[in-house]
Amino acid sequence: MEIEQLQHIATQVRRDIVRMVHAVNSGHPGGSLGCTDLLVALYFDVMHLKRDEQGAAIFDMNATDEDLFFLSNGHISPVFYSVLARSGYFPVSELATFRKLDSRLQGHPATAEHLPGIRIASGSLGQGLSVACGAAFAKRLNGDDKHVYVLMGDGEQQEGQIWEAASFAPHHKLGNLTAIIDFNGQQIDGPTNLVMNNRDLGAKYRAFGWNVTEMNGNDMGDIIKTLHESKNDPEVPTLILMKTEMGFGVDFMMGSHKWHGVAPNDEQLAVALNQLPITAGMSDY
Amino acid sequence: MKKYTYTEKKDTRSGFGAGILELGRTNPNVVALTADLAGSLKLEGFIKEFPERYVQCGISEANMIGVSAGLTIGGKIPFATSFANFATGRVYDQIRQSVCYSNKNVKICASHAGLTLGEDGATHQILEDIGMMKMLPNMTVINPCDFNQTKAATIAIADYEGPVYLRFGRPVVPIFTPADQKFEIGKAIVLNEGPDVSIFATGHLVWEAIKAGEILAEQGIEADIINIHTIKPFDEEAVLASVRKTRCAVSAEEHQLNGGLGDSVAQALARNFPAPLEMVGVHDSFGESGTPDQLMKKYGLTAEKIVEAALRAKARVV
Repeated sequence: MEIEQLQHIATQVRRDIVRMVHAVNSGHPGGSLGCTDLLVALYFDVMHLKRDEQGAAIFDMNATDEDLFFLSNGHISPVFYSVLARSGYFPVSELATFRKLDSRLQGHPATAEHLPGIRIASGSLGQGLSVACGAAFAKRLNGDDKHVYVLMGDGEQQEGQIWEAASFAPHHKLGNLTAIIDFNGQQIDGPTNLVMNNRDLGAKYRAFGWNVTEMNGNDMGDIIKTLHESKNDPEVPTLILMKTEMGFGVDFMMGSHKWHGVAPNDEQLAVALNQLPITAGMSDY
Repeated sequence: MKKYTYTEKKDTRSGFGAGILELGRTNPNVVALTADLAGSLKLEGFIKEFPERYVQCGISEANMIGVSAGLTIGGKIPFATSFANFATGRVYDQIRQSVCYSNKNVKICASHAGLTLGEDGATHQILEDIGMMKMLPNMTVINPCDFNQTKAATIAIADYEGPVYLRFGRPVVPIFTPADQKFEIGKAIVLNEGPDVSIFATGHLVWEAIKAGEILAEQGIEADIINIHTIKPFDEEAVLASVRKTRCAVSAEEHQLNGGLGDSVAQALARNFPAPLEMVGVHDSFGESGTPDQLMKKYGLTAEKIVEAALRAKARVV
């Protein structure tokens, strides 16, 4: 897909995010906005996904012969839901039920309500990399040459289980796995460097045996280029340190951890939407 | 009292080892995982024949649970193995979110449950695992009684779709159930029928319950003895049918009273048919070092204690 078209979709997804979070006065807009470009790139360009003849997404829980994405930092569910809906896994209108009673769009992603596109619950941090390792292992056992992607937070790197999985993937030569860290430098209690300094994450993963690369997670061209180029070694997993700006696309949400888990009020929503113009062919849910 | 005999003693964990080896040969989707305890879990046979379907995780149980959940996405049937303590309490949140809430087809197979792992002491002797696992929605909890039943249970859970906790142990115990048994998840097995008292036992305590039945029979008391190999789903029907007849009951398990088999029996009785219940199990304490026999005796998990409990329960019938 053309970069410009992907950017238009990303803008619409950002509109969805702020509107969803505003509607229920809860949720996590900051990280969602920061990771929007990545998820749009994955679902609309990079990943090989099953489609029917009309081009609509087909959901297969076992992901046989298709690429797979796991969201480990489940609190950025708004971006995940919007991208899944916009790429055809469920009706876009269902975004209006986010975090409401009886919704399939739980606060954090869950399989219990059978929302197409979700394969594992996430929210309790640190578990997604392990799950992705298992899925990548299963693909190898099945002779399935498709790829597994997982997104984690940088604050999440403080969880011990991450480092168990970080040992596992290179040891078992999971070259069909790409892990991406949303490197925005922020977490709930403040800048990551002050809360619990992760030091040099790239050096850490390199020492664990990963192929490590970096990209600008708010530059669609860089994302597409990096994701296509990064899975070259069949026996070495890839770790991408993805520099993002929390709240990207809405100026007053950028540059601080303040908007990690806070919803905009009516006035702030209007300002935000003004900065995210609807483009041709797109429309709000 | 029906006569039960045995010619051989074996550990229930070896029943698991035999079961998973057979599964390896019959079900190409079965994958065995361990966290540096392959020998203790009797996986050698499986590893030798199916090295590509064996996943060594190193000493990282949390990751093993997550990897198992991931393997199910791809149609695999992972059997994640460790000691019962490290396979449950240590990784409760991983089991909760990535396995049970996500309803993944993961089989958590845990050896060295209870006091009978012996000399290693309380750090390794978990007595809370049944309670923790049965509280999780979607989880099935199974605690078989001997080598043959553990083997049969291992094979049966591969055909069941959903999370399972299978608990077994280290010491050698009599093999008294048939080698060709069909294991039905959630279906209690009546070992002896009698009108006087119901004895519900699970795991290693089933054999003790049989011995208790023999002692009671000598005193003219004929017990209903029921093997509750599946704690969840709980065979409430079997429990109620028995107690409606006997009007009093004993539960026996190698586990804390809180959260264990006795707790499930008590709930069933209180809701449907209140009757005296005496519970044999560990009373809110940790274990300690000792031989299995010494520990079972010290903590009151013996045939003699089941007999005493049966007499107390019977005396309380009004």
